[in-house]
Amino acid sequence: MSKKDSEYLINRKDNQYEVVIGLEVHAQVLSESKLFSTSATKFGAEPNTQVSLVDAAFPGMLPVINEFCVKQAIKTGIGLNAKINRRSVFDRKNYFYADLPQGYQISQFKDPIVGEGKVILDMPNGQKEVGIERLHLEQDAGKSIHDLDPQNTFVDLNRSGVALMEIVSKPDLRSPDEVNAYIKKLRSIMRYLGTCDGNMQEGSLRADVNVSVRPKGSKKFGTRCEIKNVNSIKFMQMAIEYEANRQVNLIEEGKTIDQETRLFDTRKNETRSMRSKEDAHDYRYFPDPDLLPLEVSEKFIEELKNDIPELPDDKKKRFIEEFKLSPYEANILVSDIDTANYFEEVLAKMGKNKDIKLAVNWITGELFALLNTKGLEISQSPVSAKNFAILINLIKNGTISGKIAKTVFELMIDGDKDPQKIVEEKGLKQQSDPKALEALIDKIINDNREKAIEYKQGKEKLFGFFCWSSNEGIRWKS
Amino acid sequence: MSDITKQSLTELVENIKNKKLSSVDITKAFIERSEKSKELNAYITEDFTSALEKAKKFDQKPNLDLKLPGIPMAVKDLFCTKDVKTTAGSKILNNFVPTYESTVTENIWREGAILLGKLNCDEFAMGSSNETSFFGDVQNPIDKDLVPGGSSGGSASAVAGQLTPITIGTDTGGSIRQPASFTGTVGLKPTYGSCSRYGIVAFASSLDQAGPMAQNVKDCALLQEVISTYDSKDSTSIEFERKQYSKELTKNIKGKKIGIPKEYRVDGMPKEIEDLWQKGIQYVKECGAEIIDISLPHTSYALPTYYIVAPAEASSNLARYDGVKYGFRAKGENLIDMYEKTRSEGFGVEVQRRIMIGTYVLSSGYYDAYYLKAQKVRKLIKNDFDDVYKKVDAILTPSTPSSAFKIGEKTNDPVSMYLNDIFTVPVNLAGLPGISIPAGHDSKGYPLGLQIIGKAFDEQNILNIAYAMEEKINFKNKITDWWIK
Repeated sequence: MSKKDSEYLINRKDNQYEVVIGLEVHAQVLSESKLFSTSATKFGAEPNTQVSLVDAAFPGMLPVINEFCVKQAIKTGIGLNAKINRRSVFDRKNYFYADLPQGYQISQFKDPIVGEGKVILDMPNGQKEVGIERLHLEQDAGKSIHDLDPQNTFVDLNRSGVALMEIVSKPDLRSPDEVNAYIKKLRSIMRYLGTCDGNMQEGSLRADVNVSVRPKGSKKFGTRCEIKNVNSIKFMQMAIEYEANRQVNLIEEGKTIDQETRLFDTRKNETRSMRSKEDAHDYRYFPDPDLLPLEVSEKFIEELKNDIPELPDDKKKRFIEEFKLSPYEANILVSDIDTANYFEEVLAKMGKNKDIKLAVNWITGELFALLNTKGLEISQSPVSAKNFAILINLIKNGTISGKIAKTVFELMIDGDKDPQKIVEEKGLKQQSDPKALEALIDKIINDNREKAIEYKQGKEKLFGFFCWSSNEGIRWKS
Repeated sequence: MSDITKQSLTELVENIKNKKLSSVDITKAFIERSEKSKELNAYITEDFTSALEKAKKFDQKPNLDLKLPGIPMAVKDLFCTKDVKTTAGSKILNNFVPTYESTVTENIWREGAILLGKLNCDEFAMGSSNETSFFGDVQNPIDKDLVPGGSSGGSASAVAGQLTPITIGTDTGGSIRQPASFTGTVGLKPTYGSCSRYGIVAFASSLDQAGPMAQNVKDCALLQEVISTYDSKDSTSIEFERKQYSKELTKNIKGKKIGIPKEYRVDGMPKEIEDLWQKGIQYVKECGAEIIDISLPHTSYALPTYYIVAPAEASSNLARYDGVKYGFRAKGENLIDMYEKTRSEGFGVEVQRRIMIGTYVLSSGYYDAYYLKAQKVRKLIKNDFDDVYKKVDAILTPSTPSSAFKIGEKTNDPVSMYLNDIFTVPVNLAGLPGISIPAGHDSKGYPLGLQIIGKAFDEQNILNIAYAMEEKINFKNKITDWWIK
């Protein structure tokens, strides 16, 4: 494998292979109630406590579309710079499974609510555009639990009927790194919009990964395999790496690749065949006769457009222009909406004459490190933006040095303490009156005359001694 | 008290309102007659004890402002009724007791009616003779071993046999109008979207519609007025101005233009039916209406279209009966085995046949040739009606191509059975309202019906035409009570 010029290629003897990846991301719509019923969608509730007669497919029960979920899908479509379809159709995807009470999933097949769009990725070697094929709304299935009993499978229908957005990319991705950037970008956009919380641990975001390989320079796509239901970026990357190499090996051995659906075994770090194309389900899609085609007016879409907040790409542009940040810094700050909000709140609290650069360095440095160690999100930061701003200002106006500031920062964590008070209580104020400092230095030199002479004669090691003495002197004095 | 059960709904309501009869009087009378009529096999579930209690309760504090004050009523077993077993005529729902009430029955109880029990029907409403029910054949009160029609066979038999003053059925391809025609009763299939489908066991969602079945047109209009409401729980329910059908009922149909479609003159149709039709034409003329010959060119495609669309939707609608959540479950080695055994043992032959047809026409490779093509033809059939409704106000046809047949006569010939629906299915495919009224007897003395098809949401108009014709026809149903020993 080589990563020359950031190009991800798989090398074999004389051949180089390019990897082609497309993703079908399933993003759970952030909504209080389900797509076609009024049941709650809270994560982690007791099994079968958020199930209506509609979700459990009782005889004579009918779906009624949740308008809020429609709005969420359209907003997401706008965030993906995509075409919003004024008319879309819900279809039934028919198959039998114990956790699919209706015997079909209501999805959108031929006429999705959102059409083609695009997403811009910031890669180390520049920007990359990834095409969006479509976004459609569909119901989630329930959950089968196989490990509670040796004989029986248990079914939890809490998730049954929860709204999902399936976001299908074009086969534009070329490396695990791009997949990483793409998922993070999608997540970022949806979190900005408030349309999906992007929580991968809770399954709010998962993906089917389509992988194929082809000789470098070839225009023709190779046969693809679909890796089903991968629920972390790390696993996606591992699965792609394994799968691409598996396919290259087959080609190198003169064998062909079968189009099939595969599963990623996270323990063995390999993909396994789940079913071949021949065994593929015939889902017998047809328009759901219980639901009329979904029609939205131009006005409805326009109103939602007016509701769209500043999205990461625009925010990044603004940060660069308004705050003179580097693209790299701006990227870090905008990728997560909470980080961007925290940053802007800090700037606002810093008032006039603020040192933006210093604030950026401290957020991406000390604060990120702290959150990382504690395993916290920035929204849970133990240091509020207000006190963080005061701390930066204390450094900026010379009240404390950067080094002391680190000590103060540590003391702030417990109970979000005001740094000003910490500095006062602990007497950490920096002595910055030149006259007072001169007098102090004179005193130290006079008190240590011999050492001063030795230093002058070349014993440079003694520099440390004088620094220490100065620090101590300042401390004692104030 | 035997004369109570001979009274029409309108008469019973009158007698309750002027306190000549109590709800208990009426309820008792219908329970007694129902109990003497077990041979008809019209009921799947009797709820008599509870009905009497409700009647007593009603009489203690009668609300006479209601439209159906203290009136007992049995309903087709396709309507989910809270705490009362609902089977859809199938073994697979043999033990199913809903915790909820269908909107249509809810509307009925709200107007003061009392549930007598649940009436037999073809399994999942799939049949034209009530012979596919898991709970056995239903006898037609007209004659022994005669089918009452289907799928609302129990409902038709119960109204004709005076086991209930009135009832509701469902009509997907003729399931109200054909049994009404076979039993000498009146049956209305309303416009699609007029009555909520919420809580009705689904057969074919884009065709199913609940409607009233009665002894006369006025009763039918009154019940339609009660059951038709807009319902946000059914996404295909339509908001439109619903009339007080019984109040606005009139026999004045002067100047109405009635279309006679030439395509309904099918090959092999008995002369009796043709004569009946001509008689009907004569009657509407006498009422002052104008007869206009029309053409509905795609009529001959309606039946094949219906037998693609309806099974396709049914194959998907019935997927939920899988033994996992409720209803019958057979023991199996594993999930697939359990599914196969549950559905093989739980569904009858006709239901299985339609699931197979439906699954086939939706399969990849066949979808375009069957389902998609059928949808296109369906549109053409709808366009046919739209075109003629520029010229006429309603259409008059026979209800069925023959009178009732004997039990077992057509069970081995599904196509001949399906042909029974030839005049009724186009109405469902186009989503229009249609009413069947008894118009005469054949040589065997069996009733024959005529169908009046209306414009969408124009129930009032076809009820009026039916009302005017009813007076002219002056039909008398020949009920001999042969089953009562």
